[in-house]
Amino acid sequence: MNASAISASVTSRLNEIVGAANVASDFAQLATYEIDRKLPAAAVRPATSEEVAEIVKFAAAEKLALVPTGARTKLGIGYAPSRYDLALDMTRLNKVIAYDPGDLTLSVEAGVPLAKLAQVLAEHRQFLPLPVPFVNRTTIGGVIASGVDSPLRQFYGTARDFLLGMEFVTGEGVAAKSGGRVVKNVTGYDIHKLMIGALGTLGVITRINFKTFPMPLGTRGFVARFPTAESALDMRHRIAQSPLTPLTIEITSPLVAELFVSDAASRYERASMPPNVISSNEWALSTGYAGNDHVLDRIAKDLQRMAEQTGATGVTILGENLPPAWARKREFIPIALASSPATTIVKISVLPMRIKEALAAAQKSVESNNLRWVAMARGVGIIYFAILPSDHTEECRQRVTNATSALQESCAKLAGHATIPWAPTEWKSTLQIWGPARPDFPQMQKVKAVFDPQKILSPGRFAENL
Amino acid sequence: MVSQLLQALKTTLGPEAVLHRPEELMLYEYDGSVEIARPTCVVFPRTTADVLAIVKLANQYQTPLIGRGAGTGLSGGALARKGGILTVFSRMNRILEIDIENHRATVQPGVVNSDLSTAVAHAGLHFAPDPSSQKACTIGGNVSENSGGPHTLAYGVTTNHVLSLEAILPTGELIRIGSPALDSPGYDLLGLFVGSEGTLALITEITVKLTRLPEAVKTLLAIFESLDDATETVVDITARGITPAACEMLDGWTLRAVEAYVHAGFPLDCAAVLLLEVDGINETVLQHAEEVADICRAHHAREVRVARDARERDLLWKGRKNAFGAVGRLSPTYYVQDGVIPRTKLPATLRRINEIGVKYGFQIGNIFHAGDGNLHPLILFDARDEAQFRGVVAAADEIIQYCIEMGGSITGEHGVGMEKDRLMPLLFTEAELDVMRRVRDAFNPQGLLNPEKIFPSKKGCGEIHVRPLPMVGAPSA
Repeated sequence: MNASAISASVTSRLNEIVGAANVASDFAQLATYEIDRKLPAAAVRPATSEEVAEIVKFAAAEKLALVPTGARTKLGIGYAPSRYDLALDMTRLNKVIAYDPGDLTLSVEAGVPLAKLAQVLAEHRQFLPLPVPFVNRTTIGGVIASGVDSPLRQFYGTARDFLLGMEFVTGEGVAAKSGGRVVKNVTGYDIHKLMIGALGTLGVITRINFKTFPMPLGTRGFVARFPTAESALDMRHRIAQSPLTPLTIEITSPLVAELFVSDAASRYERASMPPNVISSNEWALSTGYAGNDHVLDRIAKDLQRMAEQTGATGVTILGENLPPAWARKREFIPIALASSPATTIVKISVLPMRIKEALAAAQKSVESNNLRWVAMARGVGIIYFAILPSDHTEECRQRVTNATSALQESCAKLAGHATIPWAPTEWKSTLQIWGPARPDFPQMQKVKAVFDPQKILSPGRFAENL
Repeated sequence: MVSQLLQALKTTLGPEAVLHRPEELMLYEYDGSVEIARPTCVVFPRTTADVLAIVKLANQYQTPLIGRGAGTGLSGGALARKGGILTVFSRMNRILEIDIENHRATVQPGVVNSDLSTAVAHAGLHFAPDPSSQKACTIGGNVSENSGGPHTLAYGVTTNHVLSLEAILPTGELIRIGSPALDSPGYDLLGLFVGSEGTLALITEITVKLTRLPEAVKTLLAIFESLDDATETVVDITARGITPAACEMLDGWTLRAVEAYVHAGFPLDCAAVLLLEVDGINETVLQHAEEVADICRAHHAREVRVARDARERDLLWKGRKNAFGAVGRLSPTYYVQDGVIPRTKLPATLRRINEIGVKYGFQIGNIFHAGDGNLHPLILFDARDEAQFRGVVAAADEIIQYCIEMGGSITGEHGVGMEKDRLMPLLFTEAELDVMRRVRDAFNPQGLLNPEKIFPSKKGCGEIHVRPLPMVGAPSA
């Protein structure tokens, strides 16, 4: 590992801003801020957005590259930072600023752990529809900056659909905001949407305002098992053309059953999988839905009929035990990452009716390179396709490179796109992490130039030098 | 120089696609707001190539350039504040592709909002954003303003339904952002461009999501003897965890104006009504309709009517969607506000609005998207009377000031445009406005496109131009 070095004057200025106790520069501490084998020269832990602004202003003047961090669960997404002088640890910004259950609105600092937030909301039978990977550790800021999605996007959409406003610090150290705290608002540009999924390359998120949601009265899960992906997808299409509005729809490949009972799986979600829900030689479609008993019975009946029509070999209905039963599905990404020494996860996006072709193309690209794989497709057209190489060798890298470039080419032909959010550090330089260059990248560079003219925010992590 | 520009436009687009005589321009000097501004000329492109040619000429002659759909906007967004070429998209009104299976449609910007829903109704789909002007307003305009509507309470506003745009930057660059497949890699430029009020690009093509029509719909009319009971009902419905598809409120005065116009059978002697809609599968609708009716009764609703069929339902909605037009019959001019407040502040805010009306001596009608706290107070006045005009601006400002004090916003769906630019400093610091201005300048570097919108001029200008003629039956939100 190589750490960059900073001068004593830099350290003393950082000490001035946040206090010496909140500046770390010894190796053991810095090692916990590693990103793709790179260590920062210092880690700074501000407690307020004013301190964040001071630090960024100083970093801009000194041209120090900084990467905002939260629980550090998703720093592996994207390329390694090209420069990494400071880790900006946001976990001391951990206050719930305002929560108005009657208005269904919430304002929180970026470093608040998602789990803590869930507790606060649960007291009023409300929640944020963000059951994302690493849910027990991640901070809300990390969830937003990384743009990870969740099974509930089927019904509730992604964070951009229920994020009301944001405060952030630009790459020049300017503290600013956009949006507001009311559920409907068209005042000024929606800059907060730009920050979602930008991996901290446009600004440091300090505070986020959300719309919250009432917890559904009752929920159930329905799992149907199929001999082929095609028949599982046939059921997905029938649901989409029906009046049902399920909360989640996922289609999982056979190997998921094996992965989800592994030791690795229990590290991310302790609740164990109930037996015989999914099987290791079948595809499965799982869907969750909400309502009172009448509603739930009606939906179960409709789903049962669709499962029969599409040739399901078996069906399981999960009652109130639904959340723990399928918690491991939420953790598909970390479980897949822990299941091979060189897991490479491709995120494929296609129109829903093309999931079948995309899955087939991905399977072909990967199997023709003798690689093991596992897949989870969301009903909206997002597929997480995890390649599980047996080891980390150069020969494996070559095969994975071949497979992913063939896969990315097929997705482009299907009018979709495929990125590679997670891959072994050493392999990243030969993979097209963000896919082939897109025609809108030059427009994104214009945005980058406004927010971070010195290119000090998470440099190099995002596509095309953004 | 103007005559050279006109000649060049006529040569490029054909003489029938260019208007420039004063009597022709008069039609385009206003929109649904009280603002007024006359363009130098009006052009009607038919293709993306036409738009590109217009942008090039605007650059060549350094003339302002403004996009416009049906002109139903309520904040002056589509007015030529500095003169220039007003580009009207009404002839780019083709639905280019409907993809029933994937729930997608691609349209030209001039397609009328409700025409798209009509075109896909046979497949049980619709385009969810439904501004009250949906029979006239264009999807291009909806995208530019990030329009809302009564059903956005459950279905979201325009930005939640747009997947991809083709647009032309004022520099003449043709760009394509987003994609019909979800999660287009890179920054969410789509999120920035939707709702940018025509200040970043002229939109030439739009891909949207289509939404399934619900299996069942129930529309309820709850009648109240007091405003407070009605507003407290709204707060309570939310507190019980029910999200109706729509939750609209009309006060008694507005209701009487509406009833005189549309004859929907609204009661003439109540203080307020709530127009509530629940939708979904049959079983959900039954349950929610019962719960909502119970909550209304618990808050002393005198009567809860349920529309028995589609005809009764349409009549109730006709009343709501024509409310602005109905009020327009009673007063030479009205000024409509678009403030937003947290919904628990509804009762207090309505009381405050009434006090403000009394203080300034204006009749104020209240009609609003109660479910999401989006108020539309209508202040009746006579624009020909300068004292009244000054008074109405003061009264409106006081209402907006109160919304902001309640933690709200100055516009929920109508946009800032040229009407509320001077109010922006109430919400944003100069540094924050500067960040937004720099975003605009990154795409609109010379400021040719839709100049002097959204951002207050640094000189500080509090002037509002008011249309001198009465307006009747204007489409509105």
